[in-house]
Amino acid sequence: MEALFATVTGFLAASGLYLALRGRTFPVVVGLTLLSYAVNLFLFSTGGLTTNGAAVMQDGVTHYADPLPQALVLTAIVIGFAMTAFSVILAMRVRGDQGSDQVNDQRAEESKEEKS
Amino acid sequence: MHHLIILPILLPLLSGLLMLVRRDSIVLPRRAIALISTAALLIVSAMLVVQSDSDGITYYALGDWQPPFGIILVLDRLSALMVCLTSFLALGAVTYACAGDDRKGSNFHGLFQLQLMGINGAFLTGDIFNLFVFFEVLLIASYSLLMHGGGKDRTQAGFHYVALNLAGSAMFLIALGVLYGTTGTLNMADMSQKVAALDPDRLGLVKAGAFLLLVVFGLKAAILPLYFWLPRAYSSAPAPVAALFAIMTKVGIYAILRIYTLIFGNGAGELANFVQPWLWWFALATLALGGLGVLSARDLRNQVAYLILISVGTLLVGVSMNREAPIAALLYYMIHTTLVSGGLFLLADAIGEQRGKAGARIVPGRGVTQPALLGLFYFVGAVTVIGLPPLSGAIGKALLLDSARPDEQPWLWSLLLLSSFAGLIAMARSGSTVFWKAGRGDSDGPRLKPAMLAGLILLIGASPVLSILAGPITRFTDASATQLLDQSAYVEAILSRNVAGGDS
Repeated sequence: MEALFATVTGFLAASGLYLALRGRTFPVVVGLTLLSYAVNLFLFSTGGLTTNGAAVMQDGVTHYADPLPQALVLTAIVIGFAMTAFSVILAMRVRGDQGSDQVNDQRAEESKEEKS
Repeated sequence: MHHLIILPILLPLLSGLLMLVRRDSIVLPRRAIALISTAALLIVSAMLVVQSDSDGITYYALGDWQPPFGIILVLDRLSALMVCLTSFLALGAVTYACAGDDRKGSNFHGLFQLQLMGINGAFLTGDIFNLFVFFEVLLIASYSLLMHGGGKDRTQAGFHYVALNLAGSAMFLIALGVLYGTTGTLNMADMSQKVAALDPDRLGLVKAGAFLLLVVFGLKAAILPLYFWLPRAYSSAPAPVAALFAIMTKVGIYAILRIYTLIFGNGAGELANFVQPWLWWFALATLALGGLGVLSARDLRNQVAYLILISVGTLLVGVSMNREAPIAALLYYMIHTTLVSGGLFLLADAIGEQRGKAGARIVPGRGVTQPALLGLFYFVGAVTVIGLPPLSGAIGKALLLDSARPDEQPWLWSLLLLSSFAGLIAMARSGSTVFWKAGRGDSDGPRLKPAMLAGLILLIGASPVLSILAGPITRFTDASATQLLDQSAYVEAILSRNVAGGDS
């Protein structure tokens, strides 16, 4: 299970990184989202991978899962959602203001050079 | 006064929420709330400084969950000093914003307070995941504040800033995951003990996590390979926001100072102080590059952004020397540079407004309406930011230069003095272009509003006050440095009561 989990997480992170380095805003946003998925999966695994483990202390139970990473992942997911929503809106705003969805808009740079 | 520790977080949160109650365009009550709350924050943080000076290290267990299990807020001299510095800077920035910048977009004051909450939380927390959460709070507020007022430049600079920081947050979480996975705790004091008694098999993992954290904090602090976002973001932000952002790089520096002296400090066994030698070279390179950048800037705001970069280099050099004297010196320098660079951002905005079309660009153009007043501010600001005596910049830099060991002196002295010299040339050139090569000012042009003047006096006027009060302040920073480097006292203050089963 560890090998499969590590492969999946690594593949997600690699795809996210690749997309985040693209030149248009939409792939960048998708890439950052994938990256945050990979991070969430990774955080899940930091307490060790267990199946059928209890997260709350009970009498007569000896097989436990670490409850803390789950709380951490929950926090990370909430923050990640908010940030994705924000960056989507921002990407649309950039598209509207610049008239193109390039992350580094060459035309804007040139007109700025001419002004100064 | 046990609950005082949490007030710097609660106060901005509550006043920020209060401003969301009515979303109309009437700005007066919001200004009143913002000013009162920031002034109250300054009083609370001054009380915290006094408390930290007399009581040593104290902590506040949220929900009474005792460490190492619950989230705690820790008050020591360093965190009290940083909170006090933040609230003073915020008071200057928010006063300046009340002159009209807050009307340019919606909900300026609410976001400003929430950002203050994030910054104060990051300084006070004693839990490393909580540090991440407060980083996010301050970042989310800063994303919206950066784009306050809108405009093409701001949205593009904003997108770069957001994308970079999202990637940074992902790295932060990976680093936290690695550290939690290997040490099994998130409490900083507890983690420092766990790292000291680490299984040798896991050293590599912890080291990787620690380096990842350094990258994240380096991104916030804008060290050399990670600074590219800073000049553009800072120079396109509205003036009061840029002034508040002057503390944001210091949040990164604070985090480096805290984590790498407490968790990976002298007591960390195999991993003791392994980051500092790396930091030394990166900090020197940042210093050199800041000097070049300041010479190349063609806009006053850009110039101030590169001056911030020089100060980041200077501060990190102090961090990497990792002894009491340099850390005490850098704390004094940090107070000075935060307030003065914040003030210079405000000044650049005031100059730009009075010059009309030429704006803050460094070109001969129309003169400013009030050359004597703005010229005086520029003169004081320039003298102190470069580090000429008798103002506070000179004291901070002299303390730092003095604390270098003979083997460090050739690098530190040459680079620090050269970059200050570059700053001197750049500030002199832009000052003479803006004030002396200018045509006549428009006598009916916009003048400084009282609120703008008050903000400028608070921040730039802090420099002479800092040099007059240098005695008491350096005594406090010396004590802070001693306290910071004594990890065992910190760990004992946090964890011993728990073992004894005492209440808090």
